[in-house]
Amino acid sequence: MAGVLPAEGDLYRVIGDGETVPDGEVEGLDERDLLELYRWMVLLRTYDERSLVFHRQGRIGTYAIFWNHEAMQAGSVYALERDDWIFPSYRESAIGLLRGMRAATILSWWRGHPAGWWNPLDYNVASICVPIGTHVPHAAGLAWGKKLRGEAACAIAYFGDGATSEGSFHEGANFAAVMRAPLVLFCNNNQWAISTPLSAQTAAEALADKAAGYGMPGVRVDGGDVLAVYEVTRDAVGRARAGEGPTFIEAVSYRTAPHATADDPRAYIDLERVEEEKQRECLGRYDAYLRRVGVLNDELAESTRAEAAEALRAGIAAAEAEPPADIGLVFEHAYASPPPSLESELAELREVLGE
Amino acid sequence: MSELTLVEAINDAFHVELGRDPNVMVMGEDVGRAGGVFRATAGLRDKFGAERCVDTPLAEAGILGTAVGLCMTGWRPVCEMQYDAFSYPCLDQLITHVGRYRWRTRGGMEFPLVVRMPYGGGVRAPELHDDSPEAYYVHTPGVKVAIPSTPADAKGLLAAAIRDPDPVVVLEPKLHYRTMRGEVPAGEHVVPLGEARVAREGDDVTVVAYGAMVPVAEAAAEALAGDATVEVLDIRTLKPLDEDKLLASVGKTGRAVIVQEAPRVAGFGAELAAILAEKAILELHAPVIRVTGYDVPYPYWQIEDAYMPSVERVAAAVRKTLEF
Repeated sequence: MAGVLPAEGDLYRVIGDGETVPDGEVEGLDERDLLELYRWMVLLRTYDERSLVFHRQGRIGTYAIFWNHEAMQAGSVYALERDDWIFPSYRESAIGLLRGMRAATILSWWRGHPAGWWNPLDYNVASICVPIGTHVPHAAGLAWGKKLRGEAACAIAYFGDGATSEGSFHEGANFAAVMRAPLVLFCNNNQWAISTPLSAQTAAEALADKAAGYGMPGVRVDGGDVLAVYEVTRDAVGRARAGEGPTFIEAVSYRTAPHATADDPRAYIDLERVEEEKQRECLGRYDAYLRRVGVLNDELAESTRAEAAEALRAGIAAAEAEPPADIGLVFEHAYASPPPSLESELAELREVLGE
Repeated sequence: MSELTLVEAINDAFHVELGRDPNVMVMGEDVGRAGGVFRATAGLRDKFGAERCVDTPLAEAGILGTAVGLCMTGWRPVCEMQYDAFSYPCLDQLITHVGRYRWRTRGGMEFPLVVRMPYGGGVRAPELHDDSPEAYYVHTPGVKVAIPSTPADAKGLLAAAIRDPDPVVVLEPKLHYRTMRGEVPAGEHVVPLGEARVAREGDDVTVVAYGAMVPVAEAAAEALAGDATVEVLDIRTLKPLDEDKLLASVGKTGRAVIVQEAPRVAGFGAELAAILAEKAILELHAPVIRVTGYDVPYPYWQIEDAYMPSVERVAAAVRKTLEF
């Protein structure tokens, strides 16, 4: 395993390196929890790897890869209750799997089929946010609204390092802090915004330092360490529920894959660093940890992978079995009470198409 | 029924609607302690509490963005943008999310929020306190737009916007906040969205207007009273548009002059003119004429009157269509 880079020396970690750095442990997590986290990570990893294949086979459209981001997603969601709300960006497109969403739904989203739009109320998972950072105010508003209603639920918003340059991030973070809204701001700092490195994104030494400007705590955690991510998120959720307001979590990781299937990072990325990071990718680290503590063996690992592979086989089959969407859906759902012109336009379109 | 100024009528609507529905809340810059820079929200904080009349940080995109999240928890936020031209940062949220979110959820969630703001010129104010931005809003799918011209409509359209299941933008003619008084029904008063109003009946030409341009159109009609009878149609709701009343009026008069304070290019007047071209061409006796602001930044206030569509310009356009 590669050594820790100097700039990452202060990151919070639980999982050791199996050699000189000893493993820690997280109080309150038993063997069942540890294996559930493993199952989640394997499910996300399988989803991501299969999606890349499905894209190459022409079965889904452009896809935003999240390989090596699984620890951040699984670890943080595991710290939430079912009533808590998740606000994903496109990098967390499959996070609904951790709330029981079918793979077919998310694959349909990437297939551009209306079946890919879920009702957030069914999962407490907001719609995938495409424009960077613009969902941070939504999460702040939802958390604030829950607080006004006296409900215990909190919200978590996921965004990348590039999003911290956006005005929306700033406005959402500031609103949450001023309203003492129960929000977790989860920054997945994978150090690249398409081709723009973190050094071109900010002059701050650490993104977590921004938290001080909002009057909230900022913590830095190893984004490849699922147990550390779980623990810092659990602490942040605890603060939120105690009425202490939002927390900014900077989870430091590394984007070892292209930004999306349409991107070729060879033009801008340090391939040696990518290889180094791949050697210490998050699922492998957790797998090794679980074997060291005697919780995982080959048989269990294999059956977990097989279960995930089957979910994806069934998922793509179901997504491809969706009947073509009726063109009426072009006109539906934008309004609860639509302007009358939409009805006549649909009728005209059907007539022209001979339907 | 009592006689109120336009801004008092808005304030009255708030007191009624917040009293009627405990999910309605007001948020914006200076809306609480100060009661709004125009006092549109005066008294709400004292009556309904600081949690339902919220002084927010100075962040227009943040106001509308958090309102989206508030809707997700069942609130019906009414967001004040302090001035027309200060609302532009909120277009980011409006275009990328507010108009799309219901559609994204395939109708599973509703976003019954309101964005309201004072708009328009003629008030001798510094730069960027004078814009007529309705075209940006009405061009956004998923969003409805209303612009009242009288105190009674200011109350009734705001109440309709608050009760509507969709996001509604309400632009209020700030020039007339305190200069216009009118009879306003007491208690609950709703003017349904999508219904135009014949402000003045006539047979020879229809002047189509909304908001602050309605009184200008009415004054022009009065000035021409000896020569022609001019119908003034107050559009009231730009989306959904009352096409039936528009086509009925122009069908009757055969002539149309459209007045808008906003710059001419791609303004809402162009949409109205296009509808008349598509659906009323055989009933028109003359080309449709627009009287508008110009394709320039809103001018310094010492010469702003030259920019605003005036009674004289509207009357000249009416004569032109009559003489065609």
